Amino acid sequence: MDSLNQHPAIIAGRLLLGWMVPLAFLPLMIWFERKMSAFMQDRTGPNRAAILGMRLGGVIHTLADVLKLLSKEDVVPTQVHPLYYRLGPFVAIFVAQLLFVIVPLTDTLRLGQDEIAMQGLQLDIGILWPLAVGALMVYSIVLAGWASNNKFGTLGGLRAAAQMVSYEVALGLSIMGAVMIYGTLDLNTIVREQGQLLWGFLPRWGIVMQPLGFLLFLVAAFAETNRTPFDLPERDSEIVAGYHTEYSAVRFAFFFMAEYIHIVVASGLVVTLFLGGWQVPWLDTAALRAQAKPVLAVMLGGLVLAGIVIVPAALRWSRTLRQHYTDARRHEGRVWVVLMGGAATIGAAGLALLPGLALPEWAPVAVAALAQISAFIAKVLLVALTFIWVRWTLPSFRYDQLMRLGWKQLMPLALVNITVTGFWLLLFGKGS
Amino acid sequence: MAVDPALLARLNVKPEELRVVRAQTSFLQSLYILEVVRGLAVTLRHLLRNLVRQSAMPTSQFPEVQRVLPEGFRGRHRLTVKDDGTPRCVACMMCPTACPADCIHIEAAESPDPSVEKVPVRFEIDLMRCIFCGFCVEACPKDAIRMDTGRFFDLAGTHREDFVLTMDRLLND
Repeated sequence: MDSLNQHPAIIAGRLLLGWMVPLAFLPLMIWFERKMSAFMQDRTGPNRAAILGMRLGGVIHTLADVLKLLSKEDVVPTQVHPLYYRLGPFVAIFVAQLLFVIVPLTDTLRLGQDEIAMQGLQLDIGILWPLAVGALMVYSIVLAGWASNNKFGTLGGLRAAAQMVSYEVALGLSIMGAVMIYGTLDLNTIVREQGQLLWGFLPRWGIVMQPLGFLLFLVAAFAETNRTPFDLPERDSEIVAGYHTEYSAVRFAFFFMAEYIHIVVASGLVVTLFLGGWQVPWLDTAALRAQAKPVLAVMLGGLVLAGIVIVPAALRWSRTLRQHYTDARRHEGRVWVVLMGGAATIGAAGLALLPGLALPEWAPVAVAALAQISAFIAKVLLVALTFIWVRWTLPSFRYDQLMRLGWKQLMPLALVNITVTGFWLLLFGKGS
Repeated sequence: MAVDPALLARLNVKPEELRVVRAQTSFLQSLYILEVVRGLAVTLRHLLRNLVRQSAMPTSQFPEVQRVLPEGFRGRHRLTVKDDGTPRCVACMMCPTACPADCIHIEAAESPDPSVEKVPVRFEIDLMRCIFCGFCVEACPKDAIRMDTGRFFDLAGTHREDFVLTMDRLLND
């Protein structure tokens, strides 16, 4: 391709982006998990830890957790295999981190003559990368379970091996329909294809073209993240904590982080393949760049709207806080009023200045990228919330039910999906 | 099928009349996916309701917001006083005698008032032992001990001694 995209600094930056984005999602995911589960069960969830009275609705608890896990004693039980025991969590986090780099965050940026991909790894095999590398995940769990030299650990590891290998089949087959329709394995191209319209008004998203494929992929992705209803490797009521029974402190934190990164990665893949990736509905990259000013105005308007909604709510909240608390926490409401009021003011000022402003040459590209990455993150969050939502709703499967679902239901359905898609493409072509 | 014959006889059912009836699932239920969606709707309803109306949540934010206990709730004890401010207790030892947990310790002394025989110089309730049964209140002939402070959730301490209610604390509650 061109030179700038292959410049070592740019490549390093791209990889760093793909590495940092799931990490940035982490505290948010843990917060959502705790708060959503609490609200679903009519509890309030964490709301005590505070820094200077700022509780951020419980986000600070995540920070406290991190501090706790980092400062705990690093216990290596005497019966474990010293090397493999240490290797397990490392492989888990390493593999999880490797996955996200393939997901495109926005369309390719254009700087003058050069183009920069907003994707950690540009591979022609695209979608095969997370399937191939994700399969390594099972090694970390089996390593950890076996090296723990503990019944529960070993059982967890074995269960994980059976489960992940089984569902990888369904995972791989369920995306083939989408790959056939879009005719490529490259994720950025797949997302670009999804920008077109079906019958003139419906975006050609994977969920529209491949509803069955979407469902199958979602279920298989749930299974790959080892969460309820597919939590056999770590089911508390049966095998304590499964493969990470013997782990504590930072090593446990690594498994914990790997699980959440896995959710983000799975959500990223679901979004990229089936929910239009970075596509803003009905506005493709060219349209976004051509309409940079209105798009910017809409974003600033959103900021103003958020201020208008949040400031009165924060004022009301502040009154309650000042009634109940005597310490620094009573000021949190006012901090939010100032912050959101400031953001709304900036948005309003931007809106007022915008018509008379001459945008620099790079602005359309930047605005389009900003809009696309916002759309992408919003979609990923939505899917990740679905992961949490499902986890706190469904009871988990029995082992035989799990295997039956994987081999006798998901896999045949995926094959049917491929066949039907193939016949459809043969009879009607790609045009429809 | 192994069923207790005595049970069958009591229910007046002959063994050959027994049938195994499995729970009926309709076709739609057996698809599982629709039931999943229904379950998700339940949790979503709870989530949204609690998100929109957080004040309606049953949790009370304890140390800042004190829950009002119902009238007649047997909370922490207190000692009542006469009009002149001295304890009503006459150290008759009825309450330690009635106490099933053996948590009340009284030391009596001569009363300066000729119409009263004894007064307590030490009156201690060990809350680590107390089971909040209220027998002491029932036993008291002088209405000197009551459990109507309405305080129950602040029974926490870092030392054993924190849980011993001395006469001072009992009188000033």
